[in-house]
Amino acid sequence: MTEHSDIDHVSGRATTGHEWDGIKELNTPLPRWWVITFYLTILWAIGYWIVYPAWPLLWSHTTGIWNYSTRAEVATDLANLEKIRGDKMVALGAASLEEIEKNPALLALARARGKTVFGDNCAPCHGSGGAGAKGYPNLNDDEWLWGGSLDQIMQTIQFGARSGHQKAHEGAMLAFGKDGVLKKDEIVTVANYVRSLSGLPTAAGYNAAAGAKIFADNCASCHGENGKGNQELGAPNLTDKIWLYGSDEATLVETISNGRAGVMPAWVGRLDPSTIKALTVYVHSLGGGK
Amino acid sequence: MNKTVNPTDLQLDDDGPLYAARKKVYPQSVSGSFRRTKWGLMAFCLGVYYLLPFARWNRGLGAPDQAVLVDLPNSRFYFFFIELWPQEVYYFTGLLIVAALTLFLMNAVGGRIWCGYLCPQTVWTDLFYAVERWVEGDRRERMRKDAAKGTITFRRAGEIALKHSIWLMIAWWTGGAWVLYFTDAPTLVWQLLTFQAPMIAYIWIGILTATTYIFAGWMREQVCVYMCPWPRIQAALTDEWALNVTYKYDRGEARTSLKKATDLRALGQPVGDCIDCYQCVAVCPTGIDIRNGPQLDCIQCGLCIDACDTVMTKIGRETRLIGYDNDINIHRRQEGKPPIYRIVRPRTITYAALIAAVGAVMLYALLTRSLLDINVLHDRNPVAVKLSDGSIRNAYTVRLLNKRGFDRVIAIDADGPINATLHVVGADSVTQDRPMIILARDTTTELRLLVTAPAENNPEKSVPVHFRVTDIGLGEVASATDHFVSP
Repeated sequence: MTEHSDIDHVSGRATTGHEWDGIKELNTPLPRWWVITFYLTILWAIGYWIVYPAWPLLWSHTTGIWNYSTRAEVATDLANLEKIRGDKMVALGAASLEEIEKNPALLALARARGKTVFGDNCAPCHGSGGAGAKGYPNLNDDEWLWGGSLDQIMQTIQFGARSGHQKAHEGAMLAFGKDGVLKKDEIVTVANYVRSLSGLPTAAGYNAAAGAKIFADNCASCHGENGKGNQELGAPNLTDKIWLYGSDEATLVETISNGRAGVMPAWVGRLDPSTIKALTVYVHSLGGGK
Repeated sequence: MNKTVNPTDLQLDDDGPLYAARKKVYPQSVSGSFRRTKWGLMAFCLGVYYLLPFARWNRGLGAPDQAVLVDLPNSRFYFFFIELWPQEVYYFTGLLIVAALTLFLMNAVGGRIWCGYLCPQTVWTDLFYAVERWVEGDRRERMRKDAAKGTITFRRAGEIALKHSIWLMIAWWTGGAWVLYFTDAPTLVWQLLTFQAPMIAYIWIGILTATTYIFAGWMREQVCVYMCPWPRIQAALTDEWALNVTYKYDRGEARTSLKKATDLRALGQPVGDCIDCYQCVAVCPTGIDIRNGPQLDCIQCGLCIDACDTVMTKIGRETRLIGYDNDINIHRRQEGKPPIYRIVRPRTITYAALIAAVGAVMLYALLTRSLLDINVLHDRNPVAVKLSDGSIRNAYTVRLLNKRGFDRVIAIDADGPINATLHVVGADSVTQDRPMIILARDTTTELRLLVTAPAENNPEKSVPVHFRVTDIGLGEVASATDHFVSP
């Protein structure tokens, strides 16, 4: 190493022999404890290989002597979470829906829990904020097909609509066109009549009296004489500004011709009772609850 | 300063170790004005650190009465009359800025005053050295005892044990005092004595005992030289006016022995004041020779000044051969000009002005700190909802902060061009169309607020809404602005 035995004349110390722009680097070795610490970190790393899963093998990996697994850790955490949640969820289960809404602590818990459960289970159809989509009701507004009171909402969540559950809401919009009950021009006429019920403009030259007659004969049994709807049957109010499938003439003609029967699944048995309660309170507190 | 180097000392061949063994430093005791200053500052710093948790401050019922308390479980920080919430972290930012600027100012005025007198590493190392000196004796004795490693006597073993136990006791109490800042101090002391304190307290005391013992007992000057970034930073912050511990080589050189110097002076020949007694090196806690000029390892504690002054007094020469001086004066003296000092100069004025400005902003913010606050977040999904009667509704998540130590009743209003009605989900009551909320003391409350504009007032697009909360009892008002949006 003779090429390194270059001595700096100012400090009298050896340099590393490296030179940049005429500046040489003094050879200042690390202190002993520092070097030892460095070797200890290497030993530590080797300890890691032995203790924890470390090396990928062709079809598996080294498992380490502690059998540590992040998946098992997550499972434990989740179990602990359930345990921690236990008392609070019991309190939620014991309180009535009205009591939950009046108690700020329970309301906050129900809304937090409900929001999570909603995101996991309801958001695919109703949207992450409950804003709905065509055919899937907006849960933020005040139009409810099956009723918007706390109890009615819980009923709907538990058993669904046309879900196959025996307690589910039943009732479907008939297919007046497909089944040959109404002719094409009658359907267009009654569609315009329905538009007039909510103050929407009608097509030029449409026969209002004929529309009213068709409505009274075919639709009033479910939607009511004034078109105000019937929550027993899930028949929507046709006089308000909210339309589940759309209010333009073409959509109405489609609805009347082929009928509608959207399905809301039953959640009883899939979600535990206190979770359904939390979800009910959450949906109710979105703002449309009666 | 050219030294003759024996190449065999340099470990140049491959057989040499990869590291440089530490040369142990044996600082000698010294007395003088700088040593007294250091004792005083040490007593002050340690006194504040160890005793401050026991200072009390009455904040009324239900609030902690510890003057300085970091209440992590409740996310509050208390400092005498100040109570800070997590969202007021900018006070700490301000404090850090002031601290940094103060460090810069100290550096511009007097070099590394922080390193030499105030840094915890210096203070505790100094304390540990004092213990070591008391148990094992001064520099020469310690060197002799360490050199006689092979022959450990019973007495020597006892000394070593005593030193380390005292060190560990100091370290343990240092860790203990730290923990006291995070909970009610007298309660925790009692819990610690009866072994009922929470595990986390013991863990932290353990960690800080270990770090104090290792840093102040074993690593000492190596922390300053190898680990601390400040010497590197301060080199960029200093200038030719900054006072630094300086060996006045213009006066000291050529150094020679006392006897030779006396002879030469008798002959009327020029000779320096430095008699090469190495007292400045003997007392140095980082083991350097200040006569080699400014260097990174120098923490500027001034102990070499005391040592040199003692010697100068003894030999009847003028003191302050080593002293606080700036770079300019060495050259001025060589040119026969009187020394000049300039504390007030653009750099120090700038630092002082910045400190004053940040301090004033912080003080203003502190004095006008609102004790009632409202944050509003517009729901984005959906942004707006059309109701069955054609009216439009927007939902907001409202967070109300009550920083007072008592519950209070708040009314919420929304002012805007839409003549909206308000509804709070889970509202306590509604009086004259205003939702009323009870805010629990010293907490935040989150509400879901629904704002509905009747069909005839539907805005074309987005209009501003001003949310206002009013404390019914005190009349305190806070407000926030958001927007009302149509679909």
